[in-house]
Amino acid sequence: MKRFLFGFSLLILSISADAQKLRSEKGSITFFSDGAIEDITATNTAAGSMLNAATGELVFIVPILEFRFSNSLMREHFNEKYMETEKYPKSSFTGKLIGFDAAKTGEQNVKAIGKLTMHGVSKDVEIPGTVEFASGKATVKSKFVVKLADYNIKIPTIVFQNIAEKVELKIDFTYKTI
Amino acid sequence: MIKKLQILIILFCCPLAFAWAQDDLLKELEQTTPKDTEYAFQTFKGTRLVNGQSVETKSKGTLEFIVAHRFEPINSGHTEMFGLDQAHVRVGLEYGITDRLGIGFGRNGGADKIRNAYLRYKVLRQQKGASNFPFTMTLIGDVSATKKVSDQSVDRVGYVGQMLIARKFSPHLSLQLMPTIVHRNAVDKATENNNQVAIGAGGRIKISKSVAFTSEYYYRVNPNANTRNYNAIGLGIDIETGGHVFQLVMTNTQGTTERGFITETTGNIKNGGIQFGFNVTRTFQLKKK
Repeated sequence: MKRFLFGFSLLILSISADAQKLRSEKGSITFFSDGAIEDITATNTAAGSMLNAATGELVFIVPILEFRFSNSLMREHFNEKYMETEKYPKSSFTGKLIGFDAAKTGEQNVKAIGKLTMHGVSKDVEIPGTVEFASGKATVKSKFVVKLADYNIKIPTIVFQNIAEKVELKIDFTYKTI
Repeated sequence: MIKKLQILIILFCCPLAFAWAQDDLLKELEQTTPKDTEYAFQTFKGTRLVNGQSVETKSKGTLEFIVAHRFEPINSGHTEMFGLDQAHVRVGLEYGITDRLGIGFGRNGGADKIRNAYLRYKVLRQQKGASNFPFTMTLIGDVSATKKVSDQSVDRVGYVGQMLIARKFSPHLSLQLMPTIVHRNAVDKATENNNQVAIGAGGRIKISKSVAFTSEYYYRVNPNANTRNYNAIGLGIDIETGGHVFQLVMTNTQGTTERGFITETTGNIKNGGIQFGFNVTRTFQLKKK
């Protein structure tokens, strides 16, 4: 029993070890929809992220209302009709970088495996991306496609300026140690 | 046996502990991110509730084209196709100078040919998060002129001051109060007042992402004892499609400006003095953000 307790506390210790945690100082998430009538782009620079370089854990939070469009009516429709922002104000990701080596310098290709939550729906995802990690600073970049139907986001038939059924998301975070 | 149990427990806890760790990181991020202020958006779909103004302003650089159309009362009978043979049309434009300041113009094609211009400023915004405020307040100042009524051109002029207070209680329910004063330079003193104070109340219930029911009532506080006019009431359905908002309305007034419907409403609901009408608005983005 003693050995069990010892083992268990070791396990807890190893998890809570507050190792190399980094926090995003700059981040942008760009949304791109290749529509039949017009292409729609929006950028969000209010997203926040944290990276644990020791374990490869990565999380980010995106306040949906902060996506900026070139057309203000589009922003209203995006929030009211698609994302239902008042009900689901934030999207988030929690996951782990696979193939990340904190000892390696230069850009490395990684995969983030975890849960992406959008519009109140959580999905297991695998997102490809790159990490550059050196002396307490890091850059994470990724580009991936999200199918709106997977997150129960419906495209109202009555709206003419349709968003495509699949949208591309581009993520770019720069971190520094906290 | 105990050893096996230990291994089992540890094996079971490992993935759980991993999940907790990630959630902890997410929580840490949540807690250390400064809260931002969220402003209520789209309290109403349009700048008009039914006949009258709403607290909404156009965003900076957007131009709204409004056509407000009112038929004749349905009690005009079948020879007039229950009012549909005749129509009163107001054509207007409104432009967002900033997200909170707007300017508008319009002209009525009705009997009195009211032309009006107004400024609209959103003084207070409903918000939550880093700071809280319970309602949105917009002030509107309007100046208008009718067609020639006497040799004095100043007799045609009138002014409207409004304080609109609205709260979006939920995505489905928004309510608005609109204390208003209308001043007209020249009136028929036997039945009308130069200064007419009114308190309006209205709201909307959204039934789907693109459709909402609206209502509006303006109570005249100090009507002339011999008034021949009525308080304006209106019910509507808002349908939003892309850049258009269609508002279908049933109302007892042909006025589509505050001056018109607060002081000159002639429809007596009890005798079927109501008419069908609609507002169509189209929004154009003139300046890219």
